[in-house]
Amino acid sequence: MLGSKRSGRRKWTWFWFVLPSLLGVAWFVLLPFTDVVRRSFSQTMNGVFVGLQNYDTVLHNGAFLQAGGNTVRFVLICIPALIVLSLLVALALYGHPQQAGVFKTTFLIPMAIPVASVVLLWKVLFHQNGLLSAFLDGLGLQGMDWMKTGFSFWVLVVSYIWKNLGYDMILWLAGLSGISPSLYEAAAVDGAGKLKCFTAITLPNLLPTLYTITVLSFLNSFKVFREAYLVAGDYPHSSMYLLQHLFNNWFADLDMDKLCAAAVLVGLIIFGLILLLRRAWEGEGEL
Amino acid sequence: MKTLRKALALLFPTLLSLTVWLPILLIVGGSFMGVAELLEDLGPVLAGEEGFARWSLLPQYPTLRPYVELLLDSPQFFVMFWNSVKLAGGILLGQLLVGAPAAWGFARWKGKLQNLLFTVYIVLMLMPFQVTMVSNYLVLDGLSLLDTHLGIILPAAFSTFPVFIMYRFFCGIPGAVLESASLDGANELQVFLYIGVPLGGAGIMSAMVLGFLEYWNMIEQPLTFLHERTLWPLSLFLPTIVADKAGLSLAASVITLLPAILIFMLGQRYLEAGIKAAGLKE
Repeated sequence: MLGSKRSGRRKWTWFWFVLPSLLGVAWFVLLPFTDVVRRSFSQTMNGVFVGLQNYDTVLHNGAFLQAGGNTVRFVLICIPALIVLSLLVALALYGHPQQAGVFKTTFLIPMAIPVASVVLLWKVLFHQNGLLSAFLDGLGLQGMDWMKTGFSFWVLVVSYIWKNLGYDMILWLAGLSGISPSLYEAAAVDGAGKLKCFTAITLPNLLPTLYTITVLSFLNSFKVFREAYLVAGDYPHSSMYLLQHLFNNWFADLDMDKLCAAAVLVGLIIFGLILLLRRAWEGEGEL
Repeated sequence: MKTLRKALALLFPTLLSLTVWLPILLIVGGSFMGVAELLEDLGPVLAGEEGFARWSLLPQYPTLRPYVELLLDSPQFFVMFWNSVKLAGGILLGQLLVGAPAAWGFARWKGKLQNLLFTVYIVLMLMPFQVTMVSNYLVLDGLSLLDTHLGIILPAAFSTFPVFIMYRFFCGIPGAVLESASLDGANELQVFLYIGVPLGGAGIMSAMVLGFLEYWNMIEQPLTFLHERTLWPLSLFLPTIVADKAGLSLAASVITLLPAILIFMLGQRYLEAGIKAAGLKE
């Protein structure tokens, strides 16, 4: 009896370790977010309940639709591109452990480089009279002010891939090293070729890694705002006007009604995506 | 033949590597250029001159002038530098003091409530800044912490990402080690401090390295919550150095880059471990 009382008390010991963090999270995130949800259903000026009116406004707002569309387009293009490219690099390095170290370092460095440090270089690169235009001029082609055209969207895609390649590569390499060599040996005995080994062993075994890579790449994709903002400011070319810009600008205007509704909407969509990916992932695990 | 195939396989990553090394070389090289050389090279971009910009890999007339000017004649640069140090340092200290015990609690304590809370932590970790921006603002406004460094430090100190990373490492400590310590009469705090912290040290380091790289590069939070420019960190201030001071701007870029690269080189092992820890299947 003494034992059970003791373990009963011990059971709650852990709670004291978590408590400070939990209080902070509740105070700074959870409670205020419930306030945001409440506000999203009312008018900021007088606090009158207006139902779904704010949501209606946001969903019919041209800027929101454009920014949302751009963000979706950005995510749908850059995440698959990053995932495939980082997998290719990881596969190329996996067979060469001696050289892998240098490349790991190289591709991780962009993670450490503050965006601010490369802003000037970027501007010189993509200016009307910049390096890219100069290069094209050498080929007899016409340059342009790249960041003020639809091209800027692709610059953003490339910069996202540049920044996150090492991160995803490390995850792929971890996934690759988790595949037991005996699988390959058995396949070789059965006479399977290299391509067969890749499609039958490597790819299926990398599926669990794919889930986490997708989630983490998605999370990091929102940080591309840093590059976009520092290079092109509050209102960049319309092709790269992302949700992050919109939130930033609505915030600057203290447009609370729209902001609260948009925050809840985006939060819900992301929450839904996480659940969806998780379910798809667990489904794979059962196969 | 074999070496040739090997070289071919590595050709692709090698070409990609250029996209990393070239910008660094250009920035570092450019930071040693004199004003005249920079203006001549970059004039078409910075001053709207005719022709195209050039950027030489190595300066023709290397000079330390930009660094001297930056370090001796630009007091505001120091203010911004210390702002960055203060913010990143404060946040990491907070994450360490609050996050490490929480991660320990989650790793050691299994139950329904724990599971639910931890799921909430993971969801919060995956939410981008923009989603919590308004709620963040409401609290800071309520606490009168807008336009203060504390207003940036406090919310970030309670970030759930480092808790998650450290949790992963604490979970890897064998239960037998902890039980034997408990049997020896150590209380939970002692087990945490004398066994958990040393054995999970790599996890704490990982969280700190990832955190430093993140907060040294912080843009969104100071942009949103700090209107007073003298409070800005380098990451936000640097791009505002105007075009006619390109030399200064490059030297400042290099100095901003240095701490991040230093931490990166010292902590690359932990960085890789931290990335992997976030990616492992539960």
